[in-house]
Amino acid sequence: MGYPHTPHDREVTVLSKYFGDKEAITLDGWKKRGGYTALQKSLGMTPAEIVTVVKDSGLRGRGGAGFPTGVKWSFMKPSDGKPHYLCCNADESEPGTFKDREIMRWTPHALIEGCAIGAYAIGAETCYIYIRGEFTECIAAIEAGLQDCYAAGILGKNAMGTGKTVHIYVHRGAGAYICGEETALMNSIEGRRGNPRIKPPFPAVSGVFAQPTTINNVETLAAVPHIINNGADWYKQWMRPDNPKSTGTKLYSVCGNIQRPGNYEVPMGFPFKTFLYDLCGGPLPGRTFRAIIPGGISVPIQTVAEAEASLMDYEGFVAQGTMLGSGGVIVIDDAQNLVKQIARAARFFAHESCAQCTQCREGTAWTTKILERIVAGDGTADDLDTLLDIAENMTGKTICVLSDSCATPVVSGIKKFRGDFEALIKKRKHYLVPAVA
Amino acid sequence: MMSRDSAPGAGEAGDVHPPAHASHSQSGQAHQAYTPVFTPGSARRKELDNVMSRYPTQMAALLPALWMIQHEHGWVSEDGMAEAAQVLNLTPAYVKGVVTFYTMYHQHPVGRYFIQVCTTSPCNVCGAEAVVDAFLRHTGCQELGQTSADGKYTVIEVECLGACGFATPIMINEDFIESMTPDTVPHVLAGLK
Repeated sequence: MGYPHTPHDREVTVLSKYFGDKEAITLDGWKKRGGYTALQKSLGMTPAEIVTVVKDSGLRGRGGAGFPTGVKWSFMKPSDGKPHYLCCNADESEPGTFKDREIMRWTPHALIEGCAIGAYAIGAETCYIYIRGEFTECIAAIEAGLQDCYAAGILGKNAMGTGKTVHIYVHRGAGAYICGEETALMNSIEGRRGNPRIKPPFPAVSGVFAQPTTINNVETLAAVPHIINNGADWYKQWMRPDNPKSTGTKLYSVCGNIQRPGNYEVPMGFPFKTFLYDLCGGPLPGRTFRAIIPGGISVPIQTVAEAEASLMDYEGFVAQGTMLGSGGVIVIDDAQNLVKQIARAARFFAHESCAQCTQCREGTAWTTKILERIVAGDGTADDLDTLLDIAENMTGKTICVLSDSCATPVVSGIKKFRGDFEALIKKRKHYLVPAVA
Repeated sequence: MMSRDSAPGAGEAGDVHPPAHASHSQSGQAHQAYTPVFTPGSARRKELDNVMSRYPTQMAALLPALWMIQHEHGWVSEDGMAEAAQVLNLTPAYVKGVVTFYTMYHQHPVGRYFIQVCTTSPCNVCGAEAVVDAFLRHTGCQELGQTSADGKYTVIEVECLGACGFATPIMINEDFIESMTPDTVPHVLAGLK
């Protein structure tokens, strides 16, 4: 498998430019490629100036929610007398997504530089990079990068000789999808169980250690040095003329039943059809696409027609019944049992539920049981209504959105691929036995 | 054009490191005395002190402390939890609450090679279940979560390892191996001492 692949002509490599370049992993190599000029420049600016540039660039959160980064940073009130914190969310666990892993293991200094700029911009002297426990290679790369930065005086109490303090530490997770939720992530840093917190208070008011905190995704922070170096207008060159709300480039992780899986970087507004067939090579020989999940397993499933009509940005995917999410494109072809895969997705959420909200704890477990029963050939005619009823009770009623995320593939699956479910139910072995004995 | 060859550290069975801990007791054996990890003046104690200096609270060093205990002993026993509680001024019950939340802390001894195979949807559609079957067959583990009779292997299914484009990824102890198929399983196992 070509890995990492040579970029396609239509890719725009901003973040992925040095994927596969072993020299870029080291501090010296990174500096030769223009590394840390943006941090030097940033430390000469005021935090407010940095926030303005990032706001103007239109950069939005790449972790899934798509909140404007500059606006998020502006929530951190300067000189409130409290210690501020930046947390980098590197708990990449959304099934289908593996872009942050590539950023961290190939270009660790891109993230470190982005974290340092972000920390300075929000008035934080400390940044924690929360990396999921399984990413041992990323942890080693970032730890080594941090060590070199401290030795070179880039980080520490006199960052780059400017007299400003920037500390960055790695915090290793220990296996919990939910810790990618920002408030759960903060609890995990504090040494607690990774249960999400009720909002408000929002992190910018009371976050990690009850202090003002900003949480940004790896890809978001890695884009910041480019914006500082090249300006907001440069970043805005990549957008649809009719949609200024989504700007810049986005990394997509492509996986499942497709010719060329891997990470691809394309500008906002790129046609998804071209992406799937030209860049990623289309379906495997003799197969056809059946369903596409474009933004990690938490977003609604698309039919092939919806996918082919999509433009790849925040609004473009919404217009076709789904979301950009984290950019994890999962492709399922006609050789798969789609209901089984939806059941597998539900099992994932049942396993990962933190279990503090009843709707989620019970809902994810029962959804899984019913779906697996259907897959096993023991489904009843009532099951689809029951599933939709459970999903209704799981949506918008819990502390975090894990519960909603479990309901999403089920609801969109039943809505768009109802025939697949019914075919399995009609094959039921003992169809005359009532559902409830 | 830059070279875009193989990823650092990816792919070969020879890259898998043996476990950091020398040995650990198997379940069923007599209870062995617990060797504390954070004795005063020890390297781990210094490491923990360094970690604690990064956070405004002692409690925040709990996850790192539990990692250190697991690296030394191969798992986190009740004694290990008690030690973590003692050095961080927490209660053992609190520490147990945290340990049981996170799936990567072993609450029981596991085989010398702890093999985790991703079977979440993106890998599932690429045939991950056949990889699991192959591992069970070739390691002699009767079922998922069980340790082989010689104490060498434990095989489990794991939820999304975050390497979906390189299906099927597995983890053996602290090392990733990508693009596994049932055919490559014997080759990988042969590379484990």
